[in-house]
Amino acid sequence: MRWALILIAAVVALALPFFVYPVLLMSILCFVVFATSFNLLLGYVGLLCFGQAMFLGLSAYVTGYVLKTTGVSLELGILAGALVSAVLGAFVGFVAVRRSGIQFAMITFAFAQFVYFALLRAEFTGGENGMQGIPRSKLFGVIDASDSFSFYYVILAITVLAILFCYRVIHSPFGEILRAIRDKEDRVESLGFRPERFKIMAMTISAFVAGLAGGMKATVFQFATLTDVSWTVSGEVILMTLLGGLGTLSGPMVGAAIVIAMNDELAKFGEWALIAQGVILILVILFFRRGVVGEAGALIRRLRERKAD
Amino acid sequence: MAENRDYALEARGIGKQFGAFWAVKDVDLKIPQGSIHALIGPNGAGKTTCFNLLTKTLQPSTGQILLNGEDISALRTSEVARRGMVRSFQISATFTDMTVLENVRVALQSKHGHAYRFWSPISSIYNLDARAMELLADVGLADVPHLKAAELSYGRKRALEIATTLALDPKVMLLDEPTAGMGHEDIEPITQLIRKVSAGRTIVIVEHNLSVVSTLSDRITVLQGGQVLMEGTYGEVSSDERVIAAYMGGVEDA
Ligand SMILES: Nc1ncnc2c1ncn2[C@@H]1O[C@H](COP(=O)(O)OP(=O)(O)O)[C@@H](O)[C@H]1O
Ligand SMILES: [Mg+2]
Repeated sequence: MRWALILIAAVVALALPFFVYPVLLMSILCFVVFATSFNLLLGYVGLLCFGQAMFLGLSAYVTGYVLKTTGVSLELGILAGALVSAVLGAFVGFVAVRRSGIQFAMITFAFAQFVYFALLRAEFTGGENGMQGIPRSKLFGVIDASDSFSFYYVILAITVLAILFCYRVIHSPFGEILRAIRDKEDRVESLGFRPERFKIMAMTISAFVAGLAGGMKATVFQFATLTDVSWTVSGEVILMTLLGGLGTLSGPMVGAAIVIAMNDELAKFGEWALIAQGVILILVILFFRRGVVGEAGALIRRLRERKAD
Repeated sequence: MAENRDYALEARGIGKQFGAFWAVKDVDLKIPQGSIHALIGPNGAGKTTCFNLLTKTLQPSTGQILLNGEDISALRTSEVARRGMVRSFQISATFTDMTVLENVRVALQSKHGHAYRFWSPISSIYNLDARAMELLADVGLADVPHLKAAELSYGRKRALEIATTLALDPKVMLLDEPTAGMGHEDIEPITQLIRKVSAGRTIVIVEHNLSVVSTLSDRITVLQGGQVLMEGTYGEVSSDERVIAAYMGGVEDA
């Protein structure tokens, strides 16, 4: 059942650019990775980072800057961005991780605002205008995949690697301790662990993955802007995660796809898109607590049980 | 100061102040190696706070704590646990959405130093499962390793907590009201279990059920209003006028 689903997803992912505008698909994939990074913290450690966009946006700028100025290959540019974000994640984690709940959210929010203004002021970012003309450099220095159709497959490959990496982290000895911390941090500490160290590591990993998304986004759109660092993006990723369903790997991925596709559809209505988002969030919170994927899973279980009776 | 290893655990004048209020004040404890020591007293007497101080969950305002003669007053909770003193909680503290086996395995990971390996598959710690099963068998949970902890009955949750604590092979175990909220049918097995795991260990137990206290404990310290009212054997304590007045009289609301 599970493998069949994965197989279908693979076929669909490979075939989609023949039917749908590749840039929209790539945009979805960027946010699939980004939402997964956020879910790693909220879904698996119970940390609500209300500043996740700082890791996305910072990496977008760093990736863009590296690719524009050094001529390194594509994957190294994206990796550079992700690593810088990981360092920021470790630092924010170090400061914020001793707090929990709303205080943690506030501290991460404050950091994100600070990063926003730092990037606004910095020379290399192009300030209000953003950073233009980021090249889709050759992959491994040899493979030219710069047209959108081929580039989709590059982005798809990075997405798959990023998701596999997250899967590994969640289903690792480390991931098991994270789940325990999410449930009862005091108890974990009383068993001889240092929960704050696990949380700092989780922040670092999450920031790294968000950074991958940022680098992907910078090369897909070939520009980086302050929007990527803004609190609206930090908020949007919360919406995606809750909409899709917390604490399952696939939930936030589905949520990201729905929100991006919906934004694309609603774009012609301008500001109304935001209102629609708000309404949807409220509806989800009220009626679909487990998110789309969670509710679908529950429905399937119910149907099976009925069949079994 | 001379180290004294006759005592597994020693508290010298420990106290904890919350604002102007002393929840625990000037408490001395001397707990000999291998004994079972009960801490009793009315609700709010400061028993849980004492445990929090001993395991450094709270930083003492005053006093000194010695584990096997070594001063642990400056250590953090996780270090105290690694030195061999592990506590259970008054409120049930299982990892509810994990399986019974995983609960114990988390604790086993503490001793095996693989816990930071985010790049290893979970199968890399399956070698801990055998030990986890042994521990589960010890507490009578070998039949349900793959059940979610949330689905266990209350009594079995407490047994799981004991298995989890035992996974660290602690020299000193602090049990905070292990039978609280249990029906009669569960109390007897838990008492037997505590007796069984006390072999080769020192146990400090906070307990309201006096029959459990009398069966298990070598000595008893009675707390009242954060201070030690008296210390002695069950016979001495239960016949003491002050204890009867302070505690035994109010036992119904315990
Ligand atoms: N964190 C805290 N802040 C303020 N007061 C506390 C705190 N923890 C415990 N107390 C107070 O200390 C006293 C002792 O509590 P506790 O140690 O839980 O008692 P016991 O376990 O003996 O029932 C109580 O009056 C309680 O209200
Ligand atoms: Mg108590």
